[in-house]
Amino acid sequence: MAEVVTETRLPRAAPLAVKRIAIVPAFNEEESVPAVIEEIRAFDPDFEVVVVDDGSTDSTAGAARELGAHVVRLPFNLGIGGAVQTGFRYAFEHGFELAVRVDGDGQHDPAQLGLLLGPILADEADIAIGSRFRETPGESESYRSSRTRRLGISILAWTVSLLVRRRITDPTSGFQAMNRKAIALFAADYPHDYPEVEAALMVHKHELRMTEVPVQMRERAAGQSSIGALASVYYMVKVMLALFVGLFRKNVTPLEETK
Amino acid sequence: MTPLVVSIVAAIASVVLILVVLELIRSRRLRERYALLWLLTGVVLLALSLWRSGLNTIAGWVGIETYPPAVLFAVGALFVLLVLLHYSTVISKLHDQNTVLAQRLALLEQQLRERG
Repeated sequence: MAEVVTETRLPRAAPLAVKRIAIVPAFNEEESVPAVIEEIRAFDPDFEVVVVDDGSTDSTAGAARELGAHVVRLPFNLGIGGAVQTGFRYAFEHGFELAVRVDGDGQHDPAQLGLLLGPILADEADIAIGSRFRETPGESESYRSSRTRRLGISILAWTVSLLVRRRITDPTSGFQAMNRKAIALFAADYPHDYPEVEAALMVHKHELRMTEVPVQMRERAAGQSSIGALASVYYMVKVMLALFVGLFRKNVTPLEETK
Repeated sequence: MTPLVVSIVAAIASVVLILVVLELIRSRRLRERYALLWLLTGVVLLALSLWRSGLNTIAGWVGIETYPPAVLFAVGALFVLLVLLHYSTVISKLHDQNTVLAQRLALLEQQLRERG
């Protein structure tokens, strides 16, 4: 009879029952990570949170653990690509069906997660990407950024749009939601260093459904941007090269479900 | 002036270098990060091979009067040195990371043993 008792817990409405996780990559973000975790829970308490501490030298991991988040600590800094992929692997291995990425620096506002989750829960897209440059009706451009950075982003947006043959306005955005199909792909293969632009091409080549959703991003709450002046030049050259070569690359098989 | 044959051979060699590097990236045997210097080497050598009057001018600047193609060798050698130096720093970083990994693994193993 004991088994029957455990069965009596009310099943939730279908979309609510989806096992969901928020992946929070963080590198020396002890000041902003706690707020990010709390905001994710405020949006939806059913979100599990995994903080990927990318070799921080401050108390990022401790601060996240204090709030009861899962913390995966990398033994040294892998860069954003390696850190985020660690999160995808975690999500894949623990059977999550839905994952969102919210950066630990606070620039992604968890209150807007609903916009990203919509297309995924409705099964209209495999991956939804929050764009700063797709204007919401009645609102003008709100994201402040240096002119060179905006120029860099437009060049990348133009190139990626050409390659994937559809309009992508914000290819560098890391504010994303995805279903298990996309999690399995990214767990198997994810670009290094600064991954988002190349990931967009990967998603296209694997014929996953991608959609852009207008979002607003905040100024960084604390810490330093990961991209300086010299790094920006490297970033542009590296990404353009990766995009060009990526066109001719063989696709990696997504991770298989082991059952 | 640089003999035409030398220019042609040098240009072909540079193009082959660029293509080999691109193929290595495509087949995932070389990461973009470590390919950039090689590609720069190929592009600079290709430019110097094709731009024959430029090669002469540069040869004049550095005091090579008899045989301008020597500049190609010099530039090629310089870039190989740069690549090697870059790789030395990469190996040093990998060495450090490897140490950290071995230490983490040993500490975890010790923890597991004492618990089990």
